[in-house]
Amino acid sequence: MAIDKHATPMLDQLETGPWPSFISGIKRLRDQHPDARINAVTNDLLGQLEHSYETRKGYWKGGTVSVFGYGGGIIPRFSEVGKVFPSSKEFHTLRVQPPAGNHYTTAMLRQLADSWEKYGSGLVTFHGQTGNIMFIGATTENTQPFFDEINEYGWDLGGAGPCVRTAMSCVGAARCEMSCTNELKAHRLLVNNFTDDVHRPALPYKFKFKVSGCPNDCQNAIERSDFAVLGTWRDDMKVDQAEVKNYIADKGRQYYIDNVITRCPTKALSLNDDDTLNVNNRDCVRCMHCLNVMPKALHPGDDKGVTILIGGKRTLKIGDLMGTVVVPFKKLETEEDYESLVELAETIIDFWAENGLEHERCGEMIERIGLANFLEGIGIEPDPNMLSHPRQSSYIRMDGWDEAAEKWFARQAEAGR
Amino acid sequence: MAEMREPIESGCPDPWQYMHPVMRKNFGMWKYHEHPRPGVLLHVAYSGDKIWTVKAGTQRILDVFTLRKLCDIGDEFADGYVHFTIRSNIEYLVSDESKVQPLIDALEGAGFVVGGTQNSVAMISHTQGWLHCDIPGTDASGVVKSMMDELIDEFRNARMPNRVHITTSCCQINCGGQGDIAINVQHTKPPKINHDLVANVCERPSVVARCPVAAIRPAMVNGKPSLEVDERKCICCGACYPPCPPMQINDAEHSKLAIWVGGNHSNARGKPTFQKLVAAGIPNNPPRWPEATAIVKRILKAYKEGAKDWERIGEWIERIGWPRFFEEVELPFTKYHIDTWRGARASFNSSSYIRF
Repeated sequence: MAIDKHATPMLDQLETGPWPSFISGIKRLRDQHPDARINAVTNDLLGQLEHSYETRKGYWKGGTVSVFGYGGGIIPRFSEVGKVFPSSKEFHTLRVQPPAGNHYTTAMLRQLADSWEKYGSGLVTFHGQTGNIMFIGATTENTQPFFDEINEYGWDLGGAGPCVRTAMSCVGAARCEMSCTNELKAHRLLVNNFTDDVHRPALPYKFKFKVSGCPNDCQNAIERSDFAVLGTWRDDMKVDQAEVKNYIADKGRQYYIDNVITRCPTKALSLNDDDTLNVNNRDCVRCMHCLNVMPKALHPGDDKGVTILIGGKRTLKIGDLMGTVVVPFKKLETEEDYESLVELAETIIDFWAENGLEHERCGEMIERIGLANFLEGIGIEPDPNMLSHPRQSSYIRMDGWDEAAEKWFARQAEAGR
Repeated sequence: MAEMREPIESGCPDPWQYMHPVMRKNFGMWKYHEHPRPGVLLHVAYSGDKIWTVKAGTQRILDVFTLRKLCDIGDEFADGYVHFTIRSNIEYLVSDESKVQPLIDALEGAGFVVGGTQNSVAMISHTQGWLHCDIPGTDASGVVKSMMDELIDEFRNARMPNRVHITTSCCQINCGGQGDIAINVQHTKPPKINHDLVANVCERPSVVARCPVAAIRPAMVNGKPSLEVDERKCICCGACYPPCPPMQINDAEHSKLAIWVGGNHSNARGKPTFQKLVAAGIPNNPPRWPEATAIVKRILKAYKEGAKDWERIGEWIERIGWPRFFEEVELPFTKYHIDTWRGARASFNSSSYIRF
């Protein structure tokens, strides 16, 4: 049965030009898909989207839809103009957690496509900004059977609402020489420890884990996660002097003076007269720049671990916050190391669940109560690596100074410093 | 009603089984990488093994036909293993160099765009917009399609001083995130309140609590409990709208676009930075948003001509100074560029550093 296709003069203009067109893709589902249900859903979706383009307004409203046993993971969407566009009047998105690091086989993608076209609109995105596979466009009735089907062969919903969210990790050790940790393992241990908190939203607000294997932070962990894990190293970087010479022979001395030596943020590099590189590792802050420019010659050291920053988020409500260093360096090798990483996450989430206000991100709570109180709350001693510089304001009561100083010296002695 | 089945709470799947065998074999043992051409990376392991990555941009909102086409290409021309980047590009992994060119040809032949590596303009990371979001001030996929049509050559070629991450967001919550260039909705008028609906739809105390400037207070309007906004305080951020849809912030005329620059999440050469406002009041003009794209292109042109190798947009501006940036991109500097939020003082110039 031929459907009455909505005219889409504005959307049609998005079919011109060289970049692949999402409108052409939706039209293919409308015009070529063998399932009449999908033809109708995508036709009405295009109709509503054209209406949005004409009026410059959105017409989706939220609601409550979930699968049996879960309280989150689905983004419900009900159309405000469903009378005009009835086939897409319920158009929910299922958030599904990708494999850590976003590795797939084509067979898996095909299996997901087969299941999705049985129940959904046929539209899917790899991945949303939180990191989920987004299956866009299912009716309330069809969310359960679609979830049941993919859940049986290994997929689970991600987080939505005030809960632990789907985590993200970079390609990392699977294909990157900069990787300083097993990103996949950290990612899965962290998020899968909180499966209950992912599926049953009961926290003050969202909580995100992101893992980047090095300070290049390809996952945006510092700026966009409550719990950022960044790979780093604490011994000397490795320098292959022969390769340094090769680079200089290739592009010339000036290029490397201008693009490596003078770009070091802590002036830890100098070029010797024989075109070898001199690195002052005590001054190096592991910014990654010289490694990025000379990947054949420079590599992370062997004593690898992670730096953990807490409290990154975007504007709402108190303004943008970056994560703050709470653990300057942590080894992540033995099972005990990983267990203590997960325990730290539990401690932080518990403290925040207890003390955070409704709709207050972890970083906002730290801003409200102060970093020192937060550290006390989670049982971590203060460390100068947590700050860019010490306080500037003299407005503080300091009658516990002697005791605090004693504690510092005792800790230093214990660490053999 | 059928028996409800208990979910299997399997969480995040283990990717180990889905990784290219060469990646499994050399996990954590990679030595270096090269960039043979835009869109292609070569990684070499300490074992001597090599793997080539071919990266392609797509429309991101994939229909199952397109997804299967990507799979067909992966089966016929690659090894059946793929990886998705944070910006929704698909990467094919092959362990045989002779497969690289045919794979590129197949992807380009099917309408995908090979590129997006190193110092290119990467695929724009974006939000859901009018296609799926409940609070959008504009579309997302359409804006991105329009911009990528114009920026495609910079995606295909790695000719920029350093990588350029562009993001778009269809409201001020900015799910699109920080970017070297961010194009975000900026509302310019307070919400229009439908007082007849507020009491039935909104949890009033939590809406009051949501306001970052304490401009919302409970009130009786037309004999009904509702909320009112002190419009002198209101910063038009739209935070009250998601929990209270009768407080409509979106406006076809007064919801504008703003452009921010200098966001960078890497630690390389300097600490991560947040994006800063450079342009606002840009019309929200579907289906092609030409005004916003024109400004983005001006910024990219000035950056491409003026920045040194490896300088990201924010670093280039730090070097040449903001006054010159505004000159070079022919954008007005206004009182609205001066921060008014907490911590604003840290952005003021408290020195005699002036460039002439």
